[in-house]
Amino acid sequence: MNWTETLHTAWSAVRSHALRSLLTVLGILIGIAAVILTVGLGLGTQKDVASQIDSLGSNLLIVSPGSSTDSSGMRGGFGTATTLTLADAEALGSETSAPDIAAVAPEKTTSLALEANDTNWTTSVTGTTASWVDVRARELEVGSFFDEEDVASAARVVVLGSETATELFGRTNVVGQTVEIDGTPFEVVGVLASAGSDSSSNLDDIAVAPISTVANVLVGGTSASSVSTIYLQAASADQLAAAYQEAQAVLLNLHGITDADSADFSISSQEALVETATSIYQTLTILLTGIAALSLLVGGIGVMNIMLVSVTERTREIGLRKALGAPPWAIRRQFLTEAAILGLGGGILGALLGALGTLVLPALIGSSVVLSGAAVAGALGVSIAIGIVFGVYPATRAARLAPIDALRTE
Amino acid sequence: MSPSREAAEVVIELSGVRKVYRTGSIEFEALRGVDLDIRRGEYVAIMGPSGSGKSTLMNVLGCLDVVTSGTYRLAGSDVGDLDEAELARIRNREIGFVFQGFNLLPGLSAWRNVELPLIYAGVPKDERRERAAVALERVGLGDKLDNRPGELSGGQQQRVAVARALVGEPTMILADEPTGNLDSVSTVDVLNLFEELHAAGRTIVLITHESEVAEHAERVVRVRDGLIQTSEAVAA
Repeated sequence: MNWTETLHTAWSAVRSHALRSLLTVLGILIGIAAVILTVGLGLGTQKDVASQIDSLGSNLLIVSPGSSTDSSGMRGGFGTATTLTLADAEALGSETSAPDIAAVAPEKTTSLALEANDTNWTTSVTGTTASWVDVRARELEVGSFFDEEDVASAARVVVLGSETATELFGRTNVVGQTVEIDGTPFEVVGVLASAGSDSSSNLDDIAVAPISTVANVLVGGTSASSVSTIYLQAASADQLAAAYQEAQAVLLNLHGITDADSADFSISSQEALVETATSIYQTLTILLTGIAALSLLVGGIGVMNIMLVSVTERTREIGLRKALGAPPWAIRRQFLTEAAILGLGGGILGALLGALGTLVLPALIGSSVVLSGAAVAGALGVSIAIGIVFGVYPATRAARLAPIDALRTE
Repeated sequence: MSPSREAAEVVIELSGVRKVYRTGSIEFEALRGVDLDIRRGEYVAIMGPSGSGKSTLMNVLGCLDVVTSGTYRLAGSDVGDLDEAELARIRNREIGFVFQGFNLLPGLSAWRNVELPLIYAGVPKDERRERAAVALERVGLGDKLDNRPGELSGGQQQRVAVARALVGEPTMILADEPTGNLDSVSTVDVLNLFEELHAAGRTIVLITHESEVAEHAERVVRVRDGLIQTSEAVAA
């Protein structure tokens, strides 16, 4: 019996129980889809992390208020306390106490309504210093960033993100226009070039103004001097560690804290962000790999189960084929091929589902998912292998049936 | 009918064949020393009541079961100590089965059913199709090539089964109660077909418990209690 005949017969058998075959391969289908999504998510996350790190700037340290350690229940959570102030930012900029820190860009962020020509748009308003544009590695599309003088004089000037400009004016060439922020008129001096979005915010939908202006004119009150984040740029990659030490020493001193473990701020580096992103990805990978492995195991058992049912149902057919001269290997190959077709069918459907997932998932979880050709090919290979491995026992049983017993079955 | 029959070679030769079945500690001797010669071109009916051992004899003749002791020579070769794969080859080349329950595969057309033995013999596709069509023509179903068994009457289904038994040009056609599931008209139909095949020189072994059916053969072998009682020519 040649391969064409074997394949034809096996395919007929699978097709004659279409629904049952479909249900049988469900486990393999889910497993293969999970494999493809796992690999896709891994590649996508790597891509995201790389671009996020680039978009952040280079040689950065990020100082956040609150402690990242949980040694004391009394302190506010990471990032929520308002323990960082403008004074901290100024101290970190000191040449003498922090020589390895090249630039400091505090951020004071608040969400406010912007209005221009009767168009309203609520966005994140960031107050910062003139060095922000370099530290965050941003480019201007039109106009220029505000300078230190503007910061010193609390000038009412604003630099818009490209998306914010488009929302307010319908275009980005809007230097010289006036925008009212929370009722106060600001002059637009520049528009930022598009930078995309990172994991937490849209980098193109922002309004950047001098931190002095934001603190005094827009926020005011007791929280006027607090800042949400301070970005520090080390002079070079080699100086990152020294800059970290200096920033920690300066802030502990300023905050009157002796024990670094009870600091009311935390400093993280880009490497730390990479590690965080990677660890999130690893958790997801373990989870999805677990689902995939379990699902493939269940799928394989499903194939074995239905193949055993099939052998029992077709005992007479097997007996007849043997009486007509089918040797045991032909019967075994027949059922193995059928199991392999089931496995491959599940693999193909799983690959389609996985491919669909790579299109849908990014919108749901905000992370890129890359469809890998190698993963699809590998998954299809694995699905055939599962069919064959779990088909061996039923096929051997079929091949071992004694023709007289098989023919006698009613 | 055929004058040269006396001189024809012996194609089936059983001598001292015993078959013992064991179920746990219970032994049952289904065949207790059977000697039987069948010559090429003979039409033999094997008769006996149920439990006589005739089904066991049929399984042995069909190489579906191996003997406990004694020898069975089919077309010159001893099939006594062949393995499963070699037995499959013998069944494929030397024996054409016709069963009581037809045993056609319901999902396949008549010609796909008939070509099954040729598939296992490794005959190329075009030749299979050709030979299956010729065999179906031979049994009078040349116009039913593409019909599935469900679309055929019982008699027609059994004729498809006969075509399947013929197609590989086997040494012997072994029919096990071929008319057991048929009405009287179809029974005559199938028995006439066997007579035609016999007249054309085929060796036919027919197993039955009905004497009216056995009378169509040239020779009737009566089996009882695992032994051959009589073997006599039927008066023409």
